[in-house]
Amino acid sequence: MPQKDVEVILMRQLASYLAMPIFLVDMAGNLLFYNEPAETLLGRRYEETGEMSLEEWSTIFKPTAEDGSPLPPEALPLVIALQKYQPAHRTFWIRGLDGISRRIAATAFPLEGQGGRHLGAVTIFWEANHP
Amino acid sequence: MRITLWGTRGSLATPGPETVRYGGNTSCVEVRGADGTFLVLDAGTGIRRLGATLGPEVERVHLLLTHLHMDHIQGLGFFKPLDQPGQEVHIWGPPSTTLDLRARLARYLSPPLFPVRLRDLPCRLTLHDVPLGDFEIGGLKITAALVCHPGPTVGYRITENAMSIAYLPDHEPALGAHHFLGEADWTSGFDLARGVDLLIHDAQYAAAEYPEHVGWGHSAIPHTLGFAAAAGVKRLVTFHHDPGHTDLVLDRLIEEARQSSDLLFQLIPGAEGASFEFGG
Repeated sequence: MPQKDVEVILMRQLASYLAMPIFLVDMAGNLLFYNEPAETLLGRRYEETGEMSLEEWSTIFKPTAEDGSPLPPEALPLVIALQKYQPAHRTFWIRGLDGISRRIAATAFPLEGQGGRHLGAVTIFWEANHP
Repeated sequence: MRITLWGTRGSLATPGPETVRYGGNTSCVEVRGADGTFLVLDAGTGIRRLGATLGPEVERVHLLLTHLHMDHIQGLGFFKPLDQPGQEVHIWGPPSTTLDLRARLARYLSPPLFPVRLRDLPCRLTLHDVPLGDFEIGGLKITAALVCHPGPTVGYRITENAMSIAYLPDHEPALGAHHFLGEADWTSGFDLARGVDLLIHDAQYAAAEYPEHVGWGHSAIPHTLGFAAAAGVKRLVTFHHDPGHTDLVLDRLIEEARQSSDLLFQLIPGAEGASFEFGG
């Protein structure tokens, strides 16, 4: 497997030290890493899920809008950051792989490397209080 | 391909009787291709002596900078080809996110830090923002990739026919890694070094010194040994010696490294003047 770009490596290392949940994907949308705080909300350890395609992770957590309607992948902040190359934010519901539904607030941003290279995107998310 | 070390010291030139064997000049390495292609890797203080050896047979000089920290560019103003009218010189190096290489270099090559401005040099100078990826200079294939070190910093892999070398003088692949070495594809610099005949790599600190310098952008010798072993290199040249490491200290550290494990590669402590030749 080819080596990841150094910015992606450093992003993963930073995420592994931070106490807020972080989810990192490459420029094709493949899940590269989520950290321990994210494991708590997603309901499964990263080592158990491993790398996933965009199609997989964008549906496996069954995201739904505040009104309960299903959210298509293109409505997720991380997919917006990745595909439109702009920051995005949204509060929505997911069902973790432990079967628990959680309301989360997610802020996503594109990852731009030296020379303007598109390297992927990152989302930082928190469990949000009920309105 | 012939490689000669003109400066092996890290951070600060360290002349003196206690550094005469490994050398006190900062990073500079000469690479000569079989077809006469002439590369210089970094412009530390070692470049002055290199420049003094060059004759008119060198039509074109390519200077490849890994980054613009002072110990890698301080010799630039004293490199003879830059002072020669009509001499063709190409300088390659990383831009920042906001400034190109010319603007970044001009910060050093201008008053008050240096009396001569970059634009006033009499040579035929061309500056290149180094492309990330593969490119060719003469008969040599160059691969440049960003590596883990503060500020924009690249490492180089240079290939001629089936022979290759990698040059990562300032590199901290262990930064932030909970378990070093981890997976190869998550290790900075790995693809540059993979399977090379000669790896010239940062080995600034002893293991006991590293915890005080985490994040400074350099490797402890055990990290360097592990990186070289994982990458499957044939020879490792330790490089960028700490200014505080005298010849006697370096002798001891290298001996400890040799005793620490069964090395699968040849371990060569980087010394000024050392030369290596590969291929026909």
